[in-house]
Amino acid sequence: MNSFQYSRAQDIADAVRQSAADSSARFIAGGTNLVDLMKYDVERPTRLIDISHLPLRAVEETSNGGLRIGALVLNSDLAWHPQVKDRYPLLSSAILAGASTQLRNMASTGGNLLQRTRCLYFYDVATPCNKRKPGSGCSAIGGVNRINAILGTSEACIATHPSDMCVALAALDATVHVTGPHGVRTIPMADFHRLPGDTPERDTNLESGEIVTAVELPAHGFRTNYTYLKIRDRLSYAFALVSVAAALEIDNGAIRQARLALGGVAHKPWRDPEAEAVLAGQPVEQDTFARAAKVILRDAKGYGHNDFKIDLAQRTIIRALNQAAQGTPQSQSDKRIA
Amino acid sequence: MTNYIGTATSRVDGRDKVTGVARYAAEFGAPDLVHASIVTSPIAKGHIKRIDRARAMDVEGVIAVLTHQDRPAMADSDKAYKDDVAPEEGSPFRPLYDDRIQFSGQPVALVLAEDSETASYAASLIDITYDEEPHVTDFARARDKAVALDAPAKPRGDAASAFATSDVRHHADYFVPIEHHNPMELFASTAIWNDGKLTVYDKTQGVQNVHGYLCRVFECDPDDIRVVSPFVGGAFGSGLRPAYQAALAVLAARAVHRSVRLVLTRQQMYALGYRPAMIQRIQLGATADGALNAIAHDAVTSTSRYEDFHRNETTWSSLLYKSETASYQHKLAHLDLATSCDMRAPSAATGVYALEAAMDELAVALGMDPVELRLTCYSDRDQRTGLPFSSKNLRECYRRGAEAFGWDRRSGAPRSMREGRELIGWGMATGVWEALQMPITVRIALTSNGHAEVSCATADIGTGTYTIMTQVAADVLGLPIEAISIKLGDSTLPQSPVEGGSWMAASVSNGIVTTGKAIRDDLLKLAQHIPGSPFKGLSNDEVMLVDGAITSRANRRDAIAIADVVRAASIDRIERKEQTTFAKDKAHAHNTHSAIFAEVRVDEDIGVIRVARIVSAVAAGRILNPKTARSQIMGGMVWGIGMALHEETLIDHRLGRIMNANIAEYHVPVNADVHDIDVIFVDEQDDFVNPMGIKGLGEIGIVGVAAAIANAVYHATGVRVRDLPITLDKLTRTA
Amino acid sequence: MQKVSVALLINGDRTQLEIAPWTTLLDALRDRLHLTGTKKGCDHGQCGACTVLLNGRPINACLTLAVMHDGAEITTVEGLARDGVLHPVQQAFIDHDAFQCGYCTSGQICSAVALLREGRARTRDEIRETMSGNICRCGAYPNIVTAIEEAMKAT
Repeated sequence: MNSFQYSRAQDIADAVRQSAADSSARFIAGGTNLVDLMKYDVERPTRLIDISHLPLRAVEETSNGGLRIGALVLNSDLAWHPQVKDRYPLLSSAILAGASTQLRNMASTGGNLLQRTRCLYFYDVATPCNKRKPGSGCSAIGGVNRINAILGTSEACIATHPSDMCVALAALDATVHVTGPHGVRTIPMADFHRLPGDTPERDTNLESGEIVTAVELPAHGFRTNYTYLKIRDRLSYAFALVSVAAALEIDNGAIRQARLALGGVAHKPWRDPEAEAVLAGQPVEQDTFARAAKVILRDAKGYGHNDFKIDLAQRTIIRALNQAAQGTPQSQSDKRIA
Repeated sequence: MTNYIGTATSRVDGRDKVTGVARYAAEFGAPDLVHASIVTSPIAKGHIKRIDRARAMDVEGVIAVLTHQDRPAMADSDKAYKDDVAPEEGSPFRPLYDDRIQFSGQPVALVLAEDSETASYAASLIDITYDEEPHVTDFARARDKAVALDAPAKPRGDAASAFATSDVRHHADYFVPIEHHNPMELFASTAIWNDGKLTVYDKTQGVQNVHGYLCRVFECDPDDIRVVSPFVGGAFGSGLRPAYQAALAVLAARAVHRSVRLVLTRQQMYALGYRPAMIQRIQLGATADGALNAIAHDAVTSTSRYEDFHRNETTWSSLLYKSETASYQHKLAHLDLATSCDMRAPSAATGVYALEAAMDELAVALGMDPVELRLTCYSDRDQRTGLPFSSKNLRECYRRGAEAFGWDRRSGAPRSMREGRELIGWGMATGVWEALQMPITVRIALTSNGHAEVSCATADIGTGTYTIMTQVAADVLGLPIEAISIKLGDSTLPQSPVEGGSWMAASVSNGIVTTGKAIRDDLLKLAQHIPGSPFKGLSNDEVMLVDGAITSRANRRDAIAIADVVRAASIDRIERKEQTTFAKDKAHAHNTHSAIFAEVRVDEDIGVIRVARIVSAVAAGRILNPKTARSQIMGGMVWGIGMALHEETLIDHRLGRIMNANIAEYHVPVNADVHDIDVIFVDEQDDFVNPMGIKGLGEIGIVGVAAAIANAVYHATGVRVRDLPITLDKLTRTA
Repeated sequence: MQKVSVALLINGDRTQLEIAPWTTLLDALRDRLHLTGTKKGCDHGQCGACTVLLNGRPINACLTLAVMHDGAEITTVEGLARDGVLHPVQQAFIDHDAFQCGYCTSGQICSAVALLREGRARTRDEIRETMSGNICRCGAYPNIVTAIEEAMKAT
């Protein structure tokens, strides 16, 4: 880890001011990802601005019946929050599928949005990586890429976004509230993370100096027909090979509305309106699920070691849609797949 | 009469471990401690061209940067670097010795600073340029150039012809990737400087091996260095040979004349040893009723470019099953990696995996129950030598294991058992390891307050050595366990081999018995001098130590408290140090055995594999402590789950570099991966292996488990995966 | 080098540290305060050996900076026994042989103490999942789960 200056932000405005004044400064909250990356010399900030004391820990109902989650609400607090468990069980389940008890007790909501890829090359400074060092090349292409992306990749980067929470947030149509030098704005989850394109060093559409202050959930939580199904190389404490957040609104045996988001397959939580359109208005049937899966994966491309993810995703999507349709969401402690 | 041996006893070091009092190598200090951090090579092969240390030296708190160019003197002969368990052939790695790069992750510079953060930061500022040379780290590529070793075992008959004419034949290749031990404790050494003499707290399985190595490498007197290791946070073979950080800590201390601590990072530990990658081809030929008439086992295993590490994978198929003919071949492939090394049940975890997976395939080809096939081929003699076993209760392992598992309810056809969407698979395998013991010296000091200190330079790497030594000493000396204290893990203590190969329990226990008898003999002599002694004229074997007293065997009422005997002699202690050697029993083969039964559940659509339960029935001679013994077997079984389903070191062969050098992406089992584990010890009295009939448990727990799981996966799914680990993609890929 | 003043309440003792910002809570405990019961197994939040209780909740001490915890209450394995009497979890770990080498044990015990206090995990499946952030390479998992169940009954 390099040496850095440490300062505490007094309030949000102070945090933004301090950040704007030093382009190589980083905010620190839970630290679970940033400190890790600093120890690997992947991140070398000259200043850490400690925002962990800012008053962003509230979970409040919004005027339109949704829920506003402060950026510093801990992952575990969010997962076990009565309102979240009751109204947004998909989000609760996705959070509990991720990391470990200890990490969830440290990681913040905002930090979870901003966590960086687990690509093996991103983490090893002895290897070329465009995300870490733009222009140096993508080692994962042609390299050890079992965990890498199959959707939305570019020649510059095939990294995935590692979050489970974000997959659920994407499915739930959450919005991200940010404050920056030019004031406040909201960003829909779908636009928050980027595809790598030729700027893989940028994970999100946050502008310099902007800070995440909250995540807002709309009123509809899909509390009845949902699931978060995460497939990984061991039964807990591992990143997703493929994960699926599925949420359905079912009326008289027909799907009125469907949400489908994938984790572990792309540089961002992967949603596709066309796939959801395949489901909407259709009866609850295997064929429909299979077609939706085909559509969301239509541009999927393997890179060797991760070719299997395409077929695995297809199967996992169908299974998750079944779980959601039948109201038998995946348990995160009983490892039988429901 | 007290009888601690054979009684379930809680670990005597348990309290120290659950309260955090037990101290490991990085947890010893000195007021003026220097912290060291190493820089490692990003290339796999070549030479160091230039080292720019200026930026590192500018960092406040940096004391020195050591490289091959300016380090203190080190020995220049291979002999100095060859430790007690080094491979016979080759030239051991010399840390920071010269400009040659032999593997990615090799230490190339050592930064010394006033605190650990400064040291690691400064290390990141050292700029090194290299002349890179072509490397090969891909086992698949090196395999063709593998060099044949001398025939590992004598062939029997004409296996090729016998195979060709067998009624039923099976042959296949089985692959095991490189695996890393990943003990929880980071490798570390703290060298305490005391006027030129050094006490080195080290993470090792053999303090005296490290001591000898350091003395030779630094050309110093045995008294100049002492190696201490009271607690070891797991090792599993990774601590058998001296790890390079021990040499570098000493090197640094000698450079700056201060105490130095060097803790490796988890990533750096991947450039220590590992289980070699290997391909094994097994050919089995049998008659229609399941009698084997041909076994051929060919192994290709990997090592470094500079040392020939190998064990004998094929030995297990050569001894286990009855077969008229057999042939063996072993080749060694050289890669530009660090040298491979022993890892839990070296050669058996892997060799028996291949053999037992192949036996399962043969059973399928025969249409025979897998247990039935093993019983048909059962041998009461070591097939290599024709010698009977000193004891072999494997039949009972099959019987008890099958019974506890409920094997008779198995439906034979693959994919024939299910519950909901889960396919259920039941598989089994045999396990085998060798029962060994090594010469050892034990000192016992018995004091007039009735306390005994038992010491030996062995190690407790989590195996329970402290506890079994206490139990054995208590029984031998007739004292309560509270009156026994154990000293181990110190190179100045009486001679011990490294702790490995499952030989320590037998070695040290018999060692305690030898020294305990000498103590008894001394006590008898002293007791005979007491006026009115009831022991006059009795010989050594006519008395025993029991309930704190020397006691006549013939007349238990003739007893004098040990403390009284010592006091009566006007001395404060009796001390004896005796060596124990073991006569070679040339009339028998000596092995431990097990039968493993596993149930897996595989999701039919997704391929997620869950190991629902495993039963292992073990025949391993006398069990000293059923409680810790069960834990050791259980631990081996958990390793078997990892080997079967999770563990694989991933190398980018373009870079010659290990890419998952951490424990997030190198998967070992977590709590959620491990369900019901049942351990059964079958009775096995052994009058030949050593006087106490102890056979050891460290390895046998893992052997066969990966095969049992792989066989269960086949039974569940009908898909045979021969390349470990069995990840879900391999099931769906071939489905 | 910048130094920051931090007050920590560690195992009930008030401790004042002048510390560089890059020092993790784990290194502060081990190197500065010589509380070496808390272990370093990976230094990257991948093993759980460094688990301590921060304001009663288990965290990975290796991934947090000490300077960020001014005023916090920290319990390490050294702070669990009271007047020489082991915490029920510690005793259960001994009774059920829930460790071998002992290196992951401090972290396991801290996680288990929090698990009991939080009361969310009741079944063996739930205990296994809650404890999956604590790797035990010796493979003592079934005994760890049993020890926790026993301690649960005792408390």
